[in-house]
Amino acid sequence: MSEERQPGFNTLAIHAGAQPDPSTGARVTPIYQTTSFVFDDVDHAAALFNLETFGNIYTRIMNPTQAVLEERLAALEGGAAALALASGHAAQAVIFHTLLEPGDEFIAAHQLYGGSMNQFSQAFAKFGWQVRWADTTDAESFRAAVTPKTKAIFVESIANPGGIITDIAAISAVAKEAGVPLIVDNTLATPYLTQAKEHGADIIVHSLTKFLGGHGNSIGGAIVDCGTFDWMASGRYPTLSAPCPSYHGITLAETFGDFAFAIACRVLGLRDLGPAISPFNAFLILTGIETLPLRMQRHCDNALQVAEWLSAHDKIAWVNYAGLPGNEFRALAERYCPKGAGGVFTFGLKGGYDAGIALVSNVELFSHLANIGDTRSLIIHPASTTHRQLSDEQRERAGAGSDVVRLSIGLEDVDDLIADLDQALAKV
Amino acid sequence: MNHDSYSDVYIRDILVRHRVIAMVGASPKPSRPSYFVLKYLLARDFDVVPVNPGHARKELLGQEIFGMLGDFGRPIDIVDIFRKADAALAITQDAIAIRATVVWMQLGVRNDEAAALAEAAGLKVVMNRCPKIEYGRLSGEIGWAGVNSRVLSSKRPLLNNKGVQKRALRPAN
Repeated sequence: MSEERQPGFNTLAIHAGAQPDPSTGARVTPIYQTTSFVFDDVDHAAALFNLETFGNIYTRIMNPTQAVLEERLAALEGGAAALALASGHAAQAVIFHTLLEPGDEFIAAHQLYGGSMNQFSQAFAKFGWQVRWADTTDAESFRAAVTPKTKAIFVESIANPGGIITDIAAISAVAKEAGVPLIVDNTLATPYLTQAKEHGADIIVHSLTKFLGGHGNSIGGAIVDCGTFDWMASGRYPTLSAPCPSYHGITLAETFGDFAFAIACRVLGLRDLGPAISPFNAFLILTGIETLPLRMQRHCDNALQVAEWLSAHDKIAWVNYAGLPGNEFRALAERYCPKGAGGVFTFGLKGGYDAGIALVSNVELFSHLANIGDTRSLIIHPASTTHRQLSDEQRERAGAGSDVVRLSIGLEDVDDLIADLDQALAKV
Repeated sequence: MNHDSYSDVYIRDILVRHRVIAMVGASPKPSRPSYFVLKYLLARDFDVVPVNPGHARKELLGQEIFGMLGDFGRPIDIVDIFRKADAALAITQDAIAIRATVVWMQLGVRNDEAAALAEAAGLKVVMNRCPKIEYGRLSGEIGWAGVNSRVLSSKRPLLNNKGVQKRALRPAN
């Protein structure tokens, strides 16, 4: 494209990272279903293993199908580079493995996907990484949680499942003051709704399984390195700022500049922990991303209409969707996701826990399952499923109390979705 | 000219037109970024002359190391400065004296006084960029590492005739 023109989001969603295949001319990115890649010669092999040149070695570390997905995600988020992994959870494990040493701490919002809360409080404790919880609606609570051991701050842009919109810029200010990177899980918003880097994110994490893939067919995750954090400044991130014993003493931050974090996650975290994405999943997610802008807008438009209908229903106690007039997060939604408040929201049934069970049992079009961000509309009762392992107090704080039902609104005709909820509510 | 950003056309033109690079500050230590860049550019058909007074007359990746910019027996196209910004002015004066075409300062190196001097003498200037990253970005190689090349193209990438895992910026001769 001509030089001074900056391509738009829709164009990037289709083209970023994907030139025709150099050897066959295939226009769609092929599925490189291979474990390994031949070296041009012995010197080339050595240069690859030493990180001296760009290229492919082994699909546990990189793969050309995966690479197109990564470059596209980096482009959509306005970042320097990205790394795709087996799942969003794998992405989180690799991020913290790169940032933290045993005994270190990080601060996370307690309004998070329940699976992330389990990972942070249970699995990470085994590595000696301590999470300190804060309230995503109160930037001061993050400031109060900072200690000399704090290495990162973690929030979700639109928190799952509560329909909470995080004031990313306010929490970014705390992170900058503390000299630590801000990690934003942008899964529910996607870069179509929220450009997290513009508001101060240094690292963006995704479950690609949700809206980015968008079709409920593939598990995947990604790390986007925004290229904004100075890893050499404090010496507190030795994986990046100290000579690396794995690679003959090179210093990753010095050698790779503004994409050093993505490289470190790949050549250390992914290489050594092993959660690679399959080329086939990378292909399916890449295909999904081509229609992301169209799908996200429909998800948001349908969600708003369903939320409005539920708000007027006499068996519904409350609806928490930031797109609704009068919602406490409406102002933040207008700032952080002006095109729509996402496709996922919660509501409360006057009949409590039993009514929640009855509703999910009686829907016919909505699918009762644990995922979100599918073409199909989905329903779940978090208290009896995704947030089951948490205490009552943790569930309440996460927006997953016993009366709460979560919907992920799909791309169907919205009248059909409303009709299904209507008939199921009649049986509650 | 504005040195806060460069068009892809400007950078591509420099890398496509020129072959002979004098790399001032080339290190013989394999862990240093300059060693990476030297090795990468040699593998992409550039003729790179390492310049480092502490290692003059030794050999580095098959090339003789020179102590300073001077008579290399062939014209120098690009002087690539792998030194701190305050050393760039004197090196730029030498680059002008040996009639180089381009002064290129590495990622993290910027010296506006040196740039103005070079431009007044008719040289092209690039600052705070790495030729390895720029070559990788414009050829598409850097995408293999998940890096955002910021280049969109519906054309098939060009392969370097030295192997399938090397790309080119121009068709092979």
